[in-house]
Amino acid sequence: MTMKLLVIGNGMVGHKLLEELMERQPPGLDITVLCEEGRPAYDRVHLSEFFSGKSAEDLSLVEPGFFDQPGIQLRLAARAAHIDRQQKRITTADGEVLTYDKVVFATGSKPFVPPIPGNERAGCFVYRTIDDLLAMQAWGMHAKRGVVIGGGLLGLECAKALRDMGLETHVVEFAPRLMAVQVDDIGGQILRRKIEELGVTVHTGKSTLEIVDGDDTHHRMKFADGSYLDTDMIVFSAGIRPRDELARQCELGVGERGGIHVDNYCRTRDWDVYAIGECAYWGGKTFGLVAPGYDMARVVAAHLCALLERKHVLQLPEFVGADMSTKLKLMGVDVASLGDAHGTTPGSRSYQFSDERRQVYKKLVVSGDGKQLLGGVLVGDASEYGTLLQMMLNGIELPASPEFLILPTPDGNAKPGLGVDTLPASAQICSCNNVSKGQLCDAVCAGATSIGDLKTITKAGTTCGGCVPLVTQIMKAEMKRQGLAVNNHLCEHFAYSRQELYHLVRVERIKHFDELLARHGKGLGCDICKPVAASILASCWNAFVLQKEHASLQDSNDYFLANIQKDGTYSVVPRMPGGEVTPDGLIAVGAIAKKYGLYTKITGGQRVDMFGARLEQLPVIWEELITAGFESGHAYGKSLRTVKSCVGSTWCRYGVQDSVGTAIDLENRYKGLRSPHKLKMAVSGCTRECAEAQGKDVGVIATEKGWNLYVCGNGGMKPRHAELLAGDLDTPTLIKYIDRFLMFYIRTADRLQRTSVWRDNLEGGLDYLKEVIVHDKLGIAAELEAEMQLVIDTYECEWKKAVTDPQTRKRFQHFVNSREADNNVVFVPERGQIRPATLEEKRSRRIPASVMTE
Amino acid sequence: MEDVVTAKGWTLVCDLDDIVSNTGVCALVDDEQVAVFRVGENALYAIDNFDPNANAYVLSRGLIGSLGERVVVASPIYKQHFDLRTGECLEAPEHSVRAWQVTLQGDHVLLGQPLR
Repeated sequence: MTMKLLVIGNGMVGHKLLEELMERQPPGLDITVLCEEGRPAYDRVHLSEFFSGKSAEDLSLVEPGFFDQPGIQLRLAARAAHIDRQQKRITTADGEVLTYDKVVFATGSKPFVPPIPGNERAGCFVYRTIDDLLAMQAWGMHAKRGVVIGGGLLGLECAKALRDMGLETHVVEFAPRLMAVQVDDIGGQILRRKIEELGVTVHTGKSTLEIVDGDDTHHRMKFADGSYLDTDMIVFSAGIRPRDELARQCELGVGERGGIHVDNYCRTRDWDVYAIGECAYWGGKTFGLVAPGYDMARVVAAHLCALLERKHVLQLPEFVGADMSTKLKLMGVDVASLGDAHGTTPGSRSYQFSDERRQVYKKLVVSGDGKQLLGGVLVGDASEYGTLLQMMLNGIELPASPEFLILPTPDGNAKPGLGVDTLPASAQICSCNNVSKGQLCDAVCAGATSIGDLKTITKAGTTCGGCVPLVTQIMKAEMKRQGLAVNNHLCEHFAYSRQELYHLVRVERIKHFDELLARHGKGLGCDICKPVAASILASCWNAFVLQKEHASLQDSNDYFLANIQKDGTYSVVPRMPGGEVTPDGLIAVGAIAKKYGLYTKITGGQRVDMFGARLEQLPVIWEELITAGFESGHAYGKSLRTVKSCVGSTWCRYGVQDSVGTAIDLENRYKGLRSPHKLKMAVSGCTRECAEAQGKDVGVIATEKGWNLYVCGNGGMKPRHAELLAGDLDTPTLIKYIDRFLMFYIRTADRLQRTSVWRDNLEGGLDYLKEVIVHDKLGIAAELEAEMQLVIDTYECEWKKAVTDPQTRKRFQHFVNSREADNNVVFVPERGQIRPATLEEKRSRRIPASVMTE
Repeated sequence: MEDVVTAKGWTLVCDLDDIVSNTGVCALVDDEQVAVFRVGENALYAIDNFDPNANAYVLSRGLIGSLGERVVVASPIYKQHFDLRTGECLEAPEHSVRAWQVTLQGDHVLLGQPLR
């Protein structure tokens, strides 16, 4: 049997359906997808991150090549305009007619714009699609103040977006409190205070009558109480309405407040028509969260596959409603609402705790007999959310004094109640992707022993991310149970992680590897722990890496202060801070390369790499480079490589700050800093970002007011955009934050862990990093800065030191007992330079090792 | 240093002080390249300097360590480990190398013949 399936809508839920179907690969299924927008599915849950550094591509949900698979066609910018259910035909807005056997409505919602006169003026926006965001962004460039109408969940998300755009931000809410649906009065008050502290002005109980021209601003909003508010732009975020117009037109049956009636299989009254996601109306309501939408997608995928395979399946999954509990972070403020948050269940009792100093509010709603958790509200600190949700969903009996579940513990002891062990295997941990505790445990058994692996394999925590702390707990508990004992030992010689070794070195002021091995290790050490120890010792005490006690720890590159190549020769990279080099400098580099017959290439980090140097040539090459004013570029080290820059405001028409000057300062500040892995930085002089700073471990982008600091980006094998850590910084603050960031990374990262992976594994993620670096939550900022200052104050050019130290210099010869060169090093000419000879070439003609042109 | 061939067919390649503790050097003996390692204060090992995995003469520049009971060097190119006593390549036994006789006489490091 073949089936022509038409899916209308390629939002998050529509796309989930496609993924589910393609994964099952049912035979004979031919899918056509109509997507109204110009781009395929993207992550609307994290839309506001578009303003804090994520690109449209970052938000995309489409795996590369997904729509290139056979049996699926995507039509972008194609809107279904008419449906003829008798003929089973859909007509698009362009007049194209498509026939179907089955059709799925995944049309989502549209923003509700209150019928206020003036709501269609230029400078009034809605917040739903990337195109909406682009329009907001364009207008926001020339705006000073922005207003969000609507103080619900989406409205506050949207306020964050406006604030990230640098606007003075106001929120106008009709109800007497923020997030009226999810939180109660006291919770709403605490939330309001927190949000106002973040510089957002909140107006509650305001009904907007009309929008007119302002005196000096684009708009003036007039309120029912006679007051007014002037603003340059307005964003409506006052709720959503299901997109059910096609269904209405073909009389499919809709709910009183919209939404297409569906049964437990998400079928409409016409069994060839399904509806899923926000446009579906089930059990008297619609569902504005992604998790129930994903559930519906899975239900429909299973149903369609069963039909196709003509199999009688006993237990087809059904949609059975959804728990609407949510946890989110609004502008850094944790807010969570569970179940019956308002205590409307007859006979229910509530417990409340509020702390006005810390601005935390927590409330539990329990059943009359005090045994079951019915709901709750958490504002300011939602760390108990995962536990409470599981207790509620799994009907776990409450302890005798449930109040202790939300009360702070004076002695810092663990709270009573839910260890993850008490959860049944069937407990759904990730509701977005329907992952149970059992599935997580199975994945751990199969070898997923890092949170990254677990996410990749089970998809848990990859959508809204709310369950990641719980997933981590389950992973750790399961590993412990299996006796895997969360082994993060560096190698067989040290039963410690890199982080633990770092602390031992610091706290015990250990200065040498022998000492470290004697006190905390065994055996001789190896090629894993020795370089790690060398790096930690250098990060902490910054002694010369080639001094006698440290020399034998260095990997070959560090040992000879150059990068070993496949034939055993080395490449040499002099430092050119910020990519700036004088003509004389370039001439000197060129002359030296020519003299020693080196192959030269420009690197990605804006400097020159010279290849083909033999061991014994390195010191003489460096003597000449040092004479010409160059220093070691540390291309060989797990250390700061380069700070790339664009030309900046000095020359560029668009530059707003001196990016080259800042790049040079940063490079000179951090040169020689040893770290768990190599570090790259860049500074861009304006938002055009020509230095590609968002692909670096530390990226700095100039703004009109100062600098935006991005961290944890990466190019390479797994590209990752850097994320905004702090905005509009002055230069001293910028440097302070980078000091702290780098030292915190050096303290806590694993061996050979780039900042991007470190960040992905950091519990608490970017918010935690902000707390530590910007708000000094751990109280270690001064310490980190002092540690960095020591490294900076003790910097010495390693090559200068090496060539002037006879003991070190002696090591730079190929033979200990001969002045000859390694005759296996053979070069052949190519494109006017040298390259290593291949094995065949070496066999056929032995040519002299050096191509000296002296 | 000039090559000194002793009566017994041993070659004096350097003094102990010429090798930094826990590192290696490369000696040239009859046109052959031999990597000589000093482990701790006085223990000496010698294997071919040639790394068959990389086709380059580099083993003397590797990092010394232990894996269980074995004393090994890790090739600086692709990090395979070679047993310093036998020359065996742990990851790719088909790429094992020869071990050499090496001894300390006073302060002198003497290199003998390959062991197989």
